[in-house]
Amino acid sequence: MYSDFGQILLFIIVAIAIIGAILIANKIIRPNLPNEEKLTTYESGEDPVGNANVQFNARFYVVALVFVLFEVELLFLFPWATVFGRPELIAQTNGRWGWFALGEMLIFVGILSLGLAYAWVKGYLDWIRPEPKKPDYALKIPKDLYQKINQKYSTHR
Amino acid sequence: MDTASWIIKALIIVGVFAVTLLIATYSTLAERKIAGFMQDRLGPDRAGPFGVFQPLADAVKMFFKEDFIPAQANKWLFIAGPCLSMLTALMTSAVIPFGDTIRYEEQTIAVQGVELNVGILYVFGIVSLGVYGLMIGGWASNNKFSLLGAVRAASQNISYEIALGLSIIAIIMSAGSLSLRDIVNQQHGFAWNIFYQPVGFIIFVTCAFAECNRTPFDLPECETELVGGYHTEYSSMKLGFYLFSEYINMFISSLVVSTLYLGGFNYPGMDWVYAKLTALAGDTTGHNLATLIGFLALFFKGLFGVFFFMWVRWTVPRFRFDQLMDLGWKALFPLAILNIFFTGAGEMLGYHGFTWIIVGIMTILAATNAVKAPPRKMYPADV
Repeated sequence: MYSDFGQILLFIIVAIAIIGAILIANKIIRPNLPNEEKLTTYESGEDPVGNANVQFNARFYVVALVFVLFEVELLFLFPWATVFGRPELIAQTNGRWGWFALGEMLIFVGILSLGLAYAWVKGYLDWIRPEPKKPDYALKIPKDLYQKINQKYSTHR
Repeated sequence: MDTASWIIKALIIVGVFAVTLLIATYSTLAERKIAGFMQDRLGPDRAGPFGVFQPLADAVKMFFKEDFIPAQANKWLFIAGPCLSMLTALMTSAVIPFGDTIRYEEQTIAVQGVELNVGILYVFGIVSLGVYGLMIGGWASNNKFSLLGAVRAASQNISYEIALGLSIIAIIMSAGSLSLRDIVNQQHGFAWNIFYQPVGFIIFVTCAFAECNRTPFDLPECETELVGGYHTEYSSMKLGFYLFSEYINMFISSLVVSTLYLGGFNYPGMDWVYAKLTALAGDTTGHNLATLIGFLALFFKGLFGVFFFMWVRWTVPRFRFDQLMDLGWKALFPLAILNIFFTGAGEMLGYHGFTWIIVGIMTILAATNAVKAPPRKMYPADV
């Protein structure tokens, strides 16, 4: 005999078998003619410059950190949610069980929500919006001239 | 265990996979047909009548296309990425209750891959694993576009996973069980959870869109900025795996939404139908026929969900990345926590539809906001 998870394992084995079969069939029937041009990293036709492991926005890390915090909160809430509404537990305690459980959870989530509020107020959840840069070089042409031309040829009338 | 039950188990496994893969295959055609319909054109119509063989043609193309692994890429991780994506997509279907039970020679067999007592937790866990497929594939490609796409995919998925989990918790609180079959059985007839959990439903559907990387949340593979995103370097069947897993995920998430909120295989008037069928065709056959109708009801809901995914794709424009993060962290997440409090208070006071209060408050706030908002300025001002 096997348990429910034994059958899940069977599912996983069958899924791996399907994927493996497709990959092997693909390997057998597809052509394989590599050359140096094909094997370069794709960068819209340019030769790639440097390694691809570039620096990216540090806010991704902050999001990951905040995520871990609340994912752990979720893990604690799952078992809580299953026992929260049990009629027999409520009956044993004259109805105090539910309110007590709800109150406890309120404190727990409240403390964590303070963390979210802190991150929010500190601006860790804000992403930098793309702002178009104004060119700051000195022009000999006065700026209102552009304005005049724009108004003259403006399609909105 | 005897041979008959082994054969039944094997048939169930093969059946679940066959149904999932078939639906996913034809979702690709449906997507293109619906896109064509929405944009006033025909869509694919050359392969067979109305293009019904188009998925086969696509599969043949995928199989015969040359596949190469970039010289800079990490070979094994490059192969593992799409396989993991496909594996996690396939594994979720194991616990979905597709129908009630089938009676066959004194045996009662549930129409479900595995009746797991922590079914929803299993789905949630596998969905969380799904991000590894994208992350590994994008990292191993050693391409800047891929890496940025993968990082975006990861941060998007984890941001929306929390709101997703919190909306599931509100369901578990009212159901008192983690088993998907229990949750479905509690929605007997027309007592669907959507009528008690409207806020949870909206949050869950939005997060399902984000988890499947579908428009309006398809930033990981944003063509205009990142070429193909995490699958820029992929071709042939490995690309096929990525695309295919998206369609499987779409179908499975529609099924999960139907199971959790739209009653699963329950439909209004099912008791009447059941009584009529058992009176007409006898206990066993009538029961099996009723199960079949319930199965079709679930499929109708699931396929409507897939259609809804495609409908939204051609209706809602894509978010900007900061808008995406704001929606996840500053709107859906606090709303989901509020939803839990209201659900808990409602359960204790005995009003199941307590969360409608949130809907009311939100509607009033939106209305007052719209009234108070200054009229939109046009540019140039003299229009």
